[in-house]
Amino acid sequence: MKYLKDVVTLKLDLDKCIGCQMCVNVCPHSVFEMNNKKAKIVDRDACMECGACAKNCPTKAITVKSGVGCAAGIINGILKGTEPSCDCSDGKSCCG
Amino acid sequence: MSAITRINSRLSLFDRLGAMMVRLSFNRSDYAVEPGLYALNNPTPDSPVFVSANYKLSFDIVRSSLLGFGAWILVLDTKGVNVWCAAGRGTFGTVELVNRIKLTELDKVVGHRKVIVPQLGATGIAAHEVASLSGFQVVYGPVRAEDLPAFIHDNFKVSGEMRQVRFNLKDRLTLVPVEVVHYSKYLFLLLFFFLLLSCFFKVDPWLAVINLVVAYLCGTVLGPALLPAIPGRSFAMKGALLGLAGIIFTVSRLALFDQLAWLLLMSTISSYLLMNFTGSSTYTSPSGVQKEMRLAVPLQIAGLALGIILYIAARIIG
Repeated sequence: MKYLKDVVTLKLDLDKCIGCQMCVNVCPHSVFEMNNKKAKIVDRDACMECGACAKNCPTKAITVKSGVGCAAGIINGILKGTEPSCDCSDGKSCCG
Repeated sequence: MSAITRINSRLSLFDRLGAMMVRLSFNRSDYAVEPGLYALNNPTPDSPVFVSANYKLSFDIVRSSLLGFGAWILVLDTKGVNVWCAAGRGTFGTVELVNRIKLTELDKVVGHRKVIVPQLGATGIAAHEVASLSGFQVVYGPVRAEDLPAFIHDNFKVSGEMRQVRFNLKDRLTLVPVEVVHYSKYLFLLLFFFLLLSCFFKVDPWLAVINLVVAYLCGTVLGPALLPAIPGRSFAMKGALLGLAGIIFTVSRLALFDQLAWLLLMSTISSYLLMNFTGSSTYTSPSGVQKEMRLAVPLQIAGLALGIILYIAARIIG
């Protein structure tokens, strides 16, 4: 299944990449592969911006704007004038 | 040293009933286990350590997947939320993992210095930071607990298949009961509103009731079930198309205004509901959801308003 084309904020700085493969290990959609001892983005549109790769990149070679991806959370954010948030008024999660 | 609870892999009838209730959306946000270290099936200091969340459903899946296998389960305090969602909000995170390792004095319980973290926890955990803060190396395990036996058998190596999240028919159908229950308050609100209108204009309410329920089921049951088969990529678009398809069954005999009204109302309701399913899907990006919402939400508001106006107009012209 593929989502919208050319929307994701994923960026890879090859100069900073040390080829540790952590991004390949943690990506749930096989967005990365190794190529000449460096990471390479092979399926950009499959990225769901979960942020696991950036979080586990020891040299900060990867950046991605990750966050709440559900429509309810985005509407919640618009209504409250904040960033998208899962938290409902009762302090518990809508998406347990 | 804090107390270690001894457990086994067997799920009791109570565990299975609890899981079923949660899947049906009862007591979903209050199904937790105590954080801490658990000894599963009499482990030794050499046994591996699996990290999990204190959502009972997550915990039970891990321990039942490790049938008869001696292991330690380190349960983080994720406020009763599953690994992936908790990782997204940071409660299943570097700080909590490092603190829990220290609180349970894991370094005195096991001889090795490795913790196996479910891959979907990587959103909240920075492996290199855990290593420098606790001395424990993070090994990312498979996405699904059911792959743990193969992972162990393969000398703690993850295959490509084990790394990928799926969203197959079974995965999507598992989510349907929660969708149906979660949005039912909106359905009842709409039903109530149209029943009031029917009373006011003294017309038979059944057509409105059937159309609303059909649109609701399009967005909460058919949409998730048929997701890959519906044309388009945007969930709001897929939902609108399903709502339009739903109309075929009900309004062929109606006057023009009523047809237009239900065309708008049913596609809008189904579109809104399926758009919300992006939150349950495993492949939509926040940037993508925001992009489709910028177009879809104004159209949905207009569709709902215009639909109601046309419905009332049809009654007045009658």
